Amino acid sequence: MFGYSMAEIGNVFVMQGFSGLSLFSVLLLMALGLAIIFGQMGVINMAHGEFMIIGAYATVMLSKFAVKYDFVNYYFPFAMIVAFGLAFAVGYLVEFVLIRHLYKRPLDTLLATWGLSLVMQQIFRSAFGAKEVSAELPEWMLGSFKPTPDIDIPINGVFVMGLTALITAGVFLFMFRSRWGLRVRATVQNRVMAGAVGINTKKVDRITFALGCGITGVAGAAFTTIGSTGPTSGSLYIVDSFMVVVFGGAASLLGTISSAFGIAQAQSILQFFMTSSMGKVTTLLTIVIILMMRPEGLFASKIRK
Amino acid sequence: MLEIENMQVSYGQSKVIQGVSFKAEKNETLAIMGRNGMGKTTLFKALMGILPSKADKAMIDSESIQGDESHQRVAKGIAYVPQGRMIFPAMTVEENIETGLEKSGDRVIPDDIYALFPVLFDMKKRKGGNLSGGQQQQLAIARALVTNPKVLLLDEPTEGIQPSIIKDIAKVLNEIRKMREITIIVSEQVLSFTMEIADRIIVIERGNFIHEDKRDDVDAAKIKKYLSV
Repeated sequence: MFGYSMAEIGNVFVMQGFSGLSLFSVLLLMALGLAIIFGQMGVINMAHGEFMIIGAYATVMLSKFAVKYDFVNYYFPFAMIVAFGLAFAVGYLVEFVLIRHLYKRPLDTLLATWGLSLVMQQIFRSAFGAKEVSAELPEWMLGSFKPTPDIDIPINGVFVMGLTALITAGVFLFMFRSRWGLRVRATVQNRVMAGAVGINTKKVDRITFALGCGITGVAGAAFTTIGSTGPTSGSLYIVDSFMVVVFGGAASLLGTISSAFGIAQAQSILQFFMTSSMGKVTTLLTIVIILMMRPEGLFASKIRK
Repeated sequence: MLEIENMQVSYGQSKVIQGVSFKAEKNETLAIMGRNGMGKTTLFKALMGILPSKADKAMIDSESIQGDESHQRVAKGIAYVPQGRMIFPAMTVEENIETGLEKSGDRVIPDDIYALFPVLFDMKKRKGGNLSGGQQQQLAIARALVTNPKVLLLDEPTEGIQPSIIKDIAKVLNEIRKMREITIIVSEQVLSFTMEIADRIIVIERGNFIHEDKRDDVDAAKIKKYLSV
């Protein structure tokens, strides 16, 4: 087949499958925050990628600091906390200044957040320069596993996957097992009625938006382990993240996970056998066709309307 | 006890509630009756803080609710069962009721709620949106009750519900008043239902209260005339 032996094909599948899993992790991390902000709250946040870059820059800065004071092997957990905190704080502020005035005008949020993304990109450019920067990776994150001589599994990829699994589980617990999750879901389904059963919906909106941004900040921290960070890196991922959330069914977290998995694997494996852009085109076409048949996405919940 | 003096509600230039005043005592059920478009729902939404309103006085017991947002009014003791139920369709029955626990801070739903509405216990894990109209109405009442209200507002609770369930709802409302001794204010068009639960009946027309009667003195023919088109 294609001039490869069966064993080679097997190895290719394992390695491309794994690189698909890494892509899946990044897509899912990006999409999780968006699944909350867009999928649950209905805010079209075009500046989502820039919140990720906040987390990424925070991590890069902290890694430089870690090199200077010699704690490179331990800085990463701190970096994630700082990334979360910073993105959360900026998200909180943006909600207060901008988004809360636009809940009743979803299309205006599109413009407003797009403007915001441009402003943020320029701030990054002025503060950190136009050149891409990379974090100093801790030693334990370098190198790769070699289960057989022909298969290479990079450790940073495994790390990002583990992190993704953890954060996904956390978001699930938060949304479906906690009091806050209940408030968020009630507010999303019927804002007026949520207020009339005693929920402070304005506070819920603010915290929910900030939390979505915070999760994206952590995604940015994870992102530094597999790619370099520039002022516009975030915008590369924004289309993919929206695609994941829409394809999965806007209000469904499970849908977001499966669609991230499907899109990442399809892209990764197809790209090996075709050119990179043909792989993307094929995936996109498939998504378009499926969305034509199921306009509400893969996992629309079944209730009487 | 709920006390309202000279309440006005407007949609832009047009005044829909023209300065109404009323008082509803503890352990009293008050029915506000009127045809469609006479301002019942508007009045209720204003009482709940969903629509902005002006009033000389708006008090629950001795606390003013003037200018409060909905959730603050809930905290002071108003609960609301809106027209059309407005339950959260994508949440389970249990979760729907739990949204009302915000005020009490409880984690579990009190047993007496399921004692009042056994059908909700059986359907605990179902999605609210998949319940029948009557079941959704019971769910909406349960959700309002767990906030431990002093004043319970029900906006047309019988609308679109089959007659046998309407009887059940009347029974439940009487039971709730007996158990909790709260104020219940209900808006209605169905006189037979109102006669089963209300102590006092007020007729609303074009945003004004035009007639008031104790239940025992009600002239059914007269009220029916007000309600007929």
